[in-house]
Amino acid sequence: MATQHSRSAARFMMAPAVILLLGWMLVPLTMTVWFSFTRYLPMRGDSIERGLEWVGFENYVRFIGSSSFWPSVQATLVIVGGVLAITVVLGVLLAILLDQPFWGQGIVRILVIAPFFVMPTVSALVWKNMMMDPVNGMLAHLWRFFGATPVSWLSEASVQSIILIVSWQWLPFATLILLTAIQSLDSEQLEAAEMDGAPVLSRFWHIVLPHLGRAITIVILIQTIFLLSIFAEIFVTTGGSFGTRTLTYLIFQRVVDSQNIGLGSAGGVYAIILANIVAIFLMRIVGKNLDK
Amino acid sequence: MGRITLDKVRKAFGDVQVIPPLDLTIEDGEFVVFVGPSGCGKSTLLRLIAGLEDVSGGQIRIDGQDATRVPPAKRRLAMVFQSYALYPHMSVRKNIAFPLRMAGLDKAEQDKRVNAAADVLNLTDYLDRRPGQLSGGQRQRVAIGRAIVREPAAFLFDEPLSNLDAALRVGMRLEISELHKRLKTTMVYVTHDQVEAMTMADKIVVLRAGHIEQVGSPLELYRAPRNLFVAGFIGSPKMNLIGGALAAQHDATTIGIRPEHIAVSTDAGDWHGTVGVSEHLGSDTFFHVTCEGIAEPVTVRVGGEVALHYGDSVWLTPDKSQIHRFDTEGLRIA
Ligand SMILES: Nc1ncnc2c1ncn2[C@@H]1O[C@H](COP(=O)(O)OP(=O)(O)OP(=O)(O)O)[C@@H](O)[C@H]1O
Ligand SMILES: [Mg+2]
Repeated sequence: MATQHSRSAARFMMAPAVILLLGWMLVPLTMTVWFSFTRYLPMRGDSIERGLEWVGFENYVRFIGSSSFWPSVQATLVIVGGVLAITVVLGVLLAILLDQPFWGQGIVRILVIAPFFVMPTVSALVWKNMMMDPVNGMLAHLWRFFGATPVSWLSEASVQSIILIVSWQWLPFATLILLTAIQSLDSEQLEAAEMDGAPVLSRFWHIVLPHLGRAITIVILIQTIFLLSIFAEIFVTTGGSFGTRTLTYLIFQRVVDSQNIGLGSAGGVYAIILANIVAIFLMRIVGKNLDK
Repeated sequence: MGRITLDKVRKAFGDVQVIPPLDLTIEDGEFVVFVGPSGCGKSTLLRLIAGLEDVSGGQIRIDGQDATRVPPAKRRLAMVFQSYALYPHMSVRKNIAFPLRMAGLDKAEQDKRVNAAADVLNLTDYLDRRPGQLSGGQRQRVAIGRAIVREPAAFLFDEPLSNLDAALRVGMRLEISELHKRLKTTMVYVTHDQVEAMTMADKIVVLRAGHIEQVGSPLELYRAPRNLFVAGFIGSPKMNLIGGALAAQHDATTIGIRPEHIAVSTDAGDWHGTVGVSEHLGSDTFFHVTCEGIAEPVTVRVGGEVALHYGDSVWLTPDKSQIHRFDTEGLRIA
């Protein structure tokens, strides 16, 4: 009986947190879904007090029918995919490097983690003005030093630039998780493989990489959730032009620039669906990997 | 073939000399056991032979050829680690086949050898499992399987049984001995358990702080330990070491007498004492007897069960021909 008792006590004590979380998530979600079925243009005087006109699926049809929709989905996937690829590959390499004993290891580790603590807005500004500026940026100086014409990164290679900036921010996270995973690898396994005649690359491929499998899936899962909603980096640098308008950014433009809350909300619902598709897909992979 | 020669091999980690210059020859087909207390450098010595550590000086020869700078994979040695070091994401079959795959053998040959090894080690039913789904003894056998498929010149074992429970340890001990009899390949085996050393070895190497204290067959070490350290290390229960006046009677600084070489009587004998704690094993009984004129309690081994109790007065008589004598340096007096 004690367990049943403590279980109901636990439920009772958890209730405030659960209710808070539910309110936190359910209220905005319900409002978004509601708005998405109405005509809501504040500039034309629509407001909740006056009652919103129910328009059915019109907003959904218009959002998807707009010429910016599919390009924005594509831009989202390209940016998320690019950042994932770069952070995972470089993360694995950096983690292996940081795992080797070398002089000044402590300082280097802190330096590698540092970008993670810089706010996205700040790091985007730093990249835009200090690194990628076609006149005064470091890269421009470097290009001129070698006699090349500086590239105006944010307009000529805009998507790549955004990927670069975001990767720079997320690389520390990937490195950190992968480093802890590498440190948990039993060194005797590597020695056994060495005695079994596996050269360095085979040891990496057959022993280290499978050992990192779980950590890599976790990095991919967590990063995807955050990367789907990157905003500041785009707002500060390209403002969504030159093919960098992601789904998140498109919704922002619909709501704030066009002042069409109904249309933006419909986009929000699409974004939720997209995120869930990706999440289910990833959970399956993770589940499979965690089972092993 | 697997004759391993160590010639003035030395190992230091930074300033700390772990293995002082050391000479040793391991003959082809021999079962050699390195034994010694924890931290004496047994693992280090084995890893030097394997090539997993670089020597700080000296030469290692395998079958007469200098192997000092040869990478581990090229030394034709196979090692079984204390933690088994199985590859957790591969099935047992893949684990055993790994060295063959690395050597570039074709699939048919790989399968043939894996099946043969699995047959020898009773692993046939487990080939498709992962290491995580096996018991400790089965994992140990997989590790041995991975070593034997390579048909190495010599096997190196680093305390392979220390993670197993006592019963399993006895079983695996027999299996490894049997494997050695069948394969007739050189085996170098590290342990800190002198029972394992005595039961399995053709030749025991007793190490202390990187030094070789004595090399010899189990019975040589038992009959004629070269110094006090070996005398105390080999044999169970430990040899009684007695100093003082009693040793002086035998013209020695210390004399040693094994518990099994002392006769017990309730009415007459050389040393008089009182029975302390007794340990009954069924087949044998060990008594710890506090004797007049001897500082430490004397351990005595008596076959079967004996009706002696705590506090009883007894007489002990050592077998004169079995007394070991040691000088001031702790060395054996012939
Ligand atoms: N990589 C290393 N760096 C510095 N010292 C080391 C290193 N490896 C071992 N040592 C030292 O060398 C000595 C011998 O170690 P080793 O592992 O060979 O002992 P062992 O005889 O195998 O002991 P055990 O029975 O506990 O396994 C120890 O004092 C240990 O501290
Ligand atoms: Mg050891």
